[in-house]
Amino acid sequence: MIDRGYYGRFGGAYLPEILVATFDELVDTFENAKSDPAFWKEYTDIMSTYSCRPTPLSFAENLTGHFQGARFFIKREDLNHTGAHKANNVMGQGLLVKRMGKSRVIAETGAGQHGVATATMAAKFGFECTIYMGEVDVERQRPNVFWMERLGAEVIPVREGARILKDAINEAFRDWVTNMDTTHYVLGTVCGPHPFPEMVAYFQSIIGKEARRQILEREARLPTRIYACVGGGSNAMGIFSGFFDDPVELVGVEAAGQGLESGQHAARLSSEDASIGVAQGYKTYFLQDNDGQMKETHSVAAGLDYVGVSPILANLKETGRVRFEAATDREVVDAMSLTMQKEGLIPALESAHAFAQAFKEAPTLSKEEIVLINQSGRGDKDIFTVADAFADPKWQEFIKNKAEAYHA
Amino acid sequence: MLESYLRARLKEKQLLLMTHIVLGYPTFEDSFKIIEAMVEAGVDLMELQIPFSEPIADGSVILHANQKSLAGGATVKKCIDFAEKVARAFDIPFLFMSYYNILFKYGVDRFLSAMTEVGIQGSIVPDLPPEEGQDYLEAMQKYELSPIFIFSPTTPDERMKYLASFGRSFIYCVARKGVTGAKTSFSEQLDRYLARCRKATDLPLALGFGVKDKADIEFLKGKADIAVIGTQTIRLIDKEGAEAVGGFIKSLRQLPGSS
Repeated sequence: MIDRGYYGRFGGAYLPEILVATFDELVDTFENAKSDPAFWKEYTDIMSTYSCRPTPLSFAENLTGHFQGARFFIKREDLNHTGAHKANNVMGQGLLVKRMGKSRVIAETGAGQHGVATATMAAKFGFECTIYMGEVDVERQRPNVFWMERLGAEVIPVREGARILKDAINEAFRDWVTNMDTTHYVLGTVCGPHPFPEMVAYFQSIIGKEARRQILEREARLPTRIYACVGGGSNAMGIFSGFFDDPVELVGVEAAGQGLESGQHAARLSSEDASIGVAQGYKTYFLQDNDGQMKETHSVAAGLDYVGVSPILANLKETGRVRFEAATDREVVDAMSLTMQKEGLIPALESAHAFAQAFKEAPTLSKEEIVLINQSGRGDKDIFTVADAFADPKWQEFIKNKAEAYHA
Repeated sequence: MLESYLRARLKEKQLLLMTHIVLGYPTFEDSFKIIEAMVEAGVDLMELQIPFSEPIADGSVILHANQKSLAGGATVKKCIDFAEKVARAFDIPFLFMSYYNILFKYGVDRFLSAMTEVGIQGSIVPDLPPEEGQDYLEAMQKYELSPIFIFSPTTPDERMKYLASFGRSFIYCVARKGVTGAKTSFSEQLDRYLARCRKATDLPLALGFGVKDKADIEFLKGKADIAVIGTQTIRLIDKEGAEAVGGFIKSLRQLPGSS
């Protein structure tokens, strides 16, 4: 084992022995790529020709007028190919897979965004691809399953445990310990054993690098606050990392689900319900009981529905560099609705958590101040989930008719 | 203490037998009966797995046993109390097997102190490499318990020596890649791997993952010191009930030809 990857008291590499050699190889490949100036160029080239980088920074004039507070700017990660910031990480890891000479990739997915992004990357680079997805998520994200399969990936519904994201991660590890010679596990977020938190943050840092340059070009000053939603924490790490050395307040927004007091939430850093533990190969705050058994989590946004959180963010919480808040399902749906009506933008339910918190706080800021929100993904592709969140009667009617048509 | 017991046993038997069960699966009463049958059938030592909600090194059979045990109300406290009962009732060494979070949340020192009190002699923690285990290793030493480390076929020779320097009493050699419960081919390749393990350490070698019948046991004689039977007994419990375990273990012990 080469490097342990600690951030304060968090992180590490709690690996079964069978994977140690595989991680040593991965650390080595990543370190070589990082120190090779041609690699970052290769990465940004592919992101600008295959995806939509640099993604725009949009001034949200109508939201600014509506709240009569700070000026709103939105970083448009929804305009990446496959509709979310997930592409940044996946394409980067794809380049590393080529360097390692492996021929197959596996990934976990919650909302399906990371699964679709991985299946897309595998199609482009010619890798075999298997996606593990909790059975509950397969049921609520059928359109993404459809696309993954069309893109040539095998989607395996995970029927173990709570049948959600954490269980998909466990199954992906079980595949990996068997097939590591040919296979790379494209972990989707800044969690898991070292080097994943560092590596995923490295690829996602492209968001913050661009955003900082863009806001300075346009406004000639820095934002007062930056908001990003936090599931595992990769889009938040991506945008925050561009501003760590600046006098900018960074706000991570977790899923308060049905309310922090209800127990039905996924708030690890903004509630008192989580405690430090070790699972899935790393040490961080987990929603767990006193025995260390993981609890079930809840969020309207599948991508935030996770028991652990990035060890890097856990440390930034302790050092006080990042403030953590939580938004309820209700607040999130309202924020999404307002953003659509005022700006014609459709944030993913995950991203709408960042909007919800910014809306709560914006009226207290002055008109000279700037608020930057990371729109990590687009919501229109989650039409089934969003329609359910809005309880849209016309949509329900349409689905009933559609179902009848299949019966006919 | 555990090592001298194993070495004494190895003077009488060519290959010792270690079995594994998930505590509280199907129930704690069944766990007790299964242990009783195993001891009676001549098992030399046992691993008692404390269930965890995220057992990433285990395959589906043991994973389900973990989940059902937890759903049935198993807690760490109940497992420790149960261990005290069996350590008192049966005259073979018992080890705990669990994932690190169980120890971490209980408090590593407090957990090992409890192990010592109830008479558990060592532990296997598959997601705790020595690099992350300083607190654990120090406390193991303080309480004179045996930390059991794992070799795998992907472990380089040099790392085997490094791991062995932290291990006590024996080394657990994983027979192949993958999780518990999948098929292992008992082949020349396994032979060569075991020879590599042997070179790296003087400690006795246990071989586990995929050991399921008499033929596998015969293959291991002269190559390993301890055969580990894990998933196969849980499969048997799932299929035929806890009562079938004793007969199965006895069948592994029978001499060739004396069916």
